[in-house]
Amino acid sequence: MTDFFGVPIQALLGQLMLGLVNGSFYAILSLGLAVIFGMLNIVNFAHGALYMVGAFFAWMLLNYAGIGYWASLVIAPLGVALIGVLIEKTMLQWLRQLDHLYGLLLTFGLALIMEGIFREFYGSSGNPYELPAVFKGVFDLGFMMLPKYRIWVIVMSIVVCFATWYLIEKTRLGAYLRAGTENPQLVQAFGINVPLMITLTYAFGVGLAGLAGVMAAPIYQVSPLMGSNIIIVVFAVVVIGGMGSILGSIVTGLALGLIEGLTKVYFAEASTTVVFVIMAIVLLLRPAGLFGREK
Amino acid sequence: MKSTFKFSVLSLAATAALTVHLGTAQAQQGKLSGDVVKIGVLTDMSGLYADYGGPGAVTAARMAVQDFGGKIFGKNIEVVNADHQNKPDIAKNITQQWFDRDGVDMTVENLNSAVALTVQALGKEKNKITIVTGAATARLTNEDCAPGNGIHYLMDTIALSNVVGKAIVKDGGDSWFFLTADYAFGHSLEKDTGDVVKANGGTVRGAVRHPLATSDFSSFLLQAQSSGAKVVGLANAGGDTVNSIKAASEFGLTKKQNLAALLMLVTDVHALGLNTAQGLYLTEGWYWDLNNETRQWAQRYEAVMKKKPNSNHASVYSSTLHYLKAVQAAGTDDTAAVMKKMQETPINDMFAKNGRLRPDGRMVHDMYLFQVKSPSESKGAWDYYNLKGTIKGEDAFQSLAASRCAALKK
Amino acid sequence: MMQHKSLFYTLLLVALLAAPFIGYPVFLMKALCFAMFACAFNLLIGFTGLLSFGHAMFFGFAAYVCGHAAKVWGLTPELAILAGTVSAAGIGLVTGWLAVRRQGIYFAMVTLALAQMVYFICVQAPFTYAEDGIQSIPRGAFLGVLSLQDDRVMYYFVLAIAVGAFALIYRIVHSPFGQVLKSIRENEARALSLGYAVDRYKLVAFVLSGALAGLAGATKSLALGLATLTDVGWQMSGEVVLMTLLGGMGTILGPAVGATVIVAMQNYLADLGSMVTIIMGATFVVCVLVFRRGIVGEWIYRTTRRDEHSESHSA
Repeated sequence: MTDFFGVPIQALLGQLMLGLVNGSFYAILSLGLAVIFGMLNIVNFAHGALYMVGAFFAWMLLNYAGIGYWASLVIAPLGVALIGVLIEKTMLQWLRQLDHLYGLLLTFGLALIMEGIFREFYGSSGNPYELPAVFKGVFDLGFMMLPKYRIWVIVMSIVVCFATWYLIEKTRLGAYLRAGTENPQLVQAFGINVPLMITLTYAFGVGLAGLAGVMAAPIYQVSPLMGSNIIIVVFAVVVIGGMGSILGSIVTGLALGLIEGLTKVYFAEASTTVVFVIMAIVLLLRPAGLFGREK
Repeated sequence: MKSTFKFSVLSLAATAALTVHLGTAQAQQGKLSGDVVKIGVLTDMSGLYADYGGPGAVTAARMAVQDFGGKIFGKNIEVVNADHQNKPDIAKNITQQWFDRDGVDMTVENLNSAVALTVQALGKEKNKITIVTGAATARLTNEDCAPGNGIHYLMDTIALSNVVGKAIVKDGGDSWFFLTADYAFGHSLEKDTGDVVKANGGTVRGAVRHPLATSDFSSFLLQAQSSGAKVVGLANAGGDTVNSIKAASEFGLTKKQNLAALLMLVTDVHALGLNTAQGLYLTEGWYWDLNNETRQWAQRYEAVMKKKPNSNHASVYSSTLHYLKAVQAAGTDDTAAVMKKMQETPINDMFAKNGRLRPDGRMVHDMYLFQVKSPSESKGAWDYYNLKGTIKGEDAFQSLAASRCAALKK
Repeated sequence: MMQHKSLFYTLLLVALLAAPFIGYPVFLMKALCFAMFACAFNLLIGFTGLLSFGHAMFFGFAAYVCGHAAKVWGLTPELAILAGTVSAAGIGLVTGWLAVRRQGIYFAMVTLALAQMVYFICVQAPFTYAEDGIQSIPRGAFLGVLSLQDDRVMYYFVLAIAVGAFALIYRIVHSPFGQVLKSIRENEARALSLGYAVDRYKLVAFVLSGALAGLAGATKSLALGLATLTDVGWQMSGEVVLMTLLGGMGTILGPAVGATVIVAMQNYLADLGSMVTIIMGATFVVCVLVFRRGIVGEWIYRTTRRDEHSESHSA
């Protein structure tokens, strides 16, 4: 059993593995946030709450309708995306002309409402979500037992992140989205329905959050507080990566998960603070974030 | 004219004398502040510990009032309740208003440990009675004791570690690693169990602290696994314990190490399911299936709450009933008089036999060692425990002589 | 208008002096402390145009320092509060120096992150007792002679501090310094081009706002006897934003009004549990969409319009 700076290699690799799983969630969530901010200049504080709603949809589908994990992976994010459409059309669109801080405040209020409603009906202790049978069990990797489900999470996140990046950067739809938010009037003049693009972008961004929620359900308890626990870290990730950069948030999300894992081994108490320390440093040295462009 | 005047004066005087006499007789029979006995149930209604106390505690208190007769000295007994959401500042706010403005005479339940410490200190300041059932920190009868005001009714970390800790070490689990909830209760439990382990020849390899209401225990359990200790002690409670055990099972920790749930109630076992919880050793101060009396009471509770009560609910019932009986015997709801009666009278009800309230606030009663049944052994829902031993109160709880309560030493 | 103002403030003062005989002193003290907190916060958002999403770090950390000073070091209340305030000013200096380099949303995000760092420090530091908080903070005796144990006496002590803080904020806003701050809020680039060291002004405003928020937190810890993690959490930062928004950003009294409303709501609706969160969220949404001026802002808007109307009529 070799030691790495006083810590057995087993423990180190184990924590890194877990860190990667956490990082996958950070990546998907910050991806959604980055899409929304990069395209719409809205700081979507409701992102955490919508992630929670996605998890709850999965739970409700299972417990009230008997619909399992695989179907929920599709249905729940769509449900959350629909909520996103509703929010954008009824509230956010009136704020487009105003200072962007109002968007932040509105979504903050929405987050409180959603969290409050779910807390009212479901308490805050959390409900368990059963793993689908195919994922039960562990891989005995020697240095740790890794539950099968967590490998799936890592794989799925990387696929989703790559797919989103490809969609935004490499397809025509993505080009319309990017153009439409950079110069709405011009793009509108070309006959492209810009308001629709904007609504779809927001819906897509929160849909990603909903998807993360479904994936998180079997691991973390499905609790009304799960969104507020994670949202602050995700914001930090987005700021570090560069607030409009898709690639930035993916890379930073995964990297941060790993760094957190490392910190847990050597300096456990600081593991929750390390992201903010990094954020402060990055903002001092590279204000636009690691991959961002100053707006 | 004069005679009628004399007559009226005489009759007036007679009426006055009679009223005063009757009035004092009434007062002697029952002097109640605000003409009512008000009991406040302060608990966590919807959060991490809602199943521990929560609405069940309110029901238990109401059952006690009902069994007492609903009235005292002809006046009503009122039960109010509030949700402190596990925040000491909300708990303090509510309790302060209860004492200052709403005329509440006694508060009961008061989980968690941080809340209990705040409430007990407040009770001492305002000279009211506070009964803690759902919190376990031993500081309530030691460093932060409030003799004359604060009562610690159900169990504490010392009793828990004396019963469970000792049993496991004797069974061969002599190296421990703790997973601790980062607040007063967790620290108390970790320290007291660690002391018991070491006193019985074991070692403590280390500990990791987690925030209250953690949902993902994977990284903490990984550290527990790498410590190589034979026993992983869970110095947490409620939802945290349930989640730790689930995660331990998910990560295969139980293949090579043993889990010790240091505080677990039957409602936690219900949440876990027998598949995951079987074989676990735990201690409780009461169980619904102990005897006919307990079964009867549990049935009445279940009719209202649709689930069986745990030892916390039973202790809320018992302590509230004991309080009301003491008010009756004392003839008043004045704190000192009632406390005196509560300490003089032993507790004999479906919760405890020959339980007694000590000067430091500790209610001493028997504790039971249980082991969780396997699914095949269980005959149905809530049939979860095998009784492995009864430990007398004097042996489970800290002795009065060893108490670090400064106010007692004077 | 000026005459009305002084009359108004005098009446308000009289009402506040009489209040503890009508209302519950502990609730009133809490409202005063949060009013101070919101007014301090408004110095930054309402008058300098900087949205800080981490103001709880000043409020909560000062509460801890003051609590520790009073309970463990045995300082008298005014010294303990001073200790808390100074610690908040210190944090303001460090975090402000980091934060003012950025503007708008980025500034808000930086303050949020820095506040989270302070939060986690508070979780780990032994002197804060993590989830338990610092409990039973003694009120002590003012200047060593006047015991603050009685709630009414303590109320007047808190009122004196609140009036002092409010007067200070009033002075700052109506001073040349305050004018510069307002110009930064209106058009930072122009202020810069006029030769003002904008960053330095922003930093001073940030430190002042932080120190006064710390004053509020320290006073609260003595008044209510508790300093807990709730005081440094980001939900607390959000709450003070709501109080200011609801009351009226950029008005002098607005935040105090907003604070009183929110504290009252949390107090009297406490048994509704989660409903309070929902109502607060809904208040945020409504304010942002249709009520951006806030209570006092709206009131001022309508009364000045009437004044203009009546002037044009009499003209």
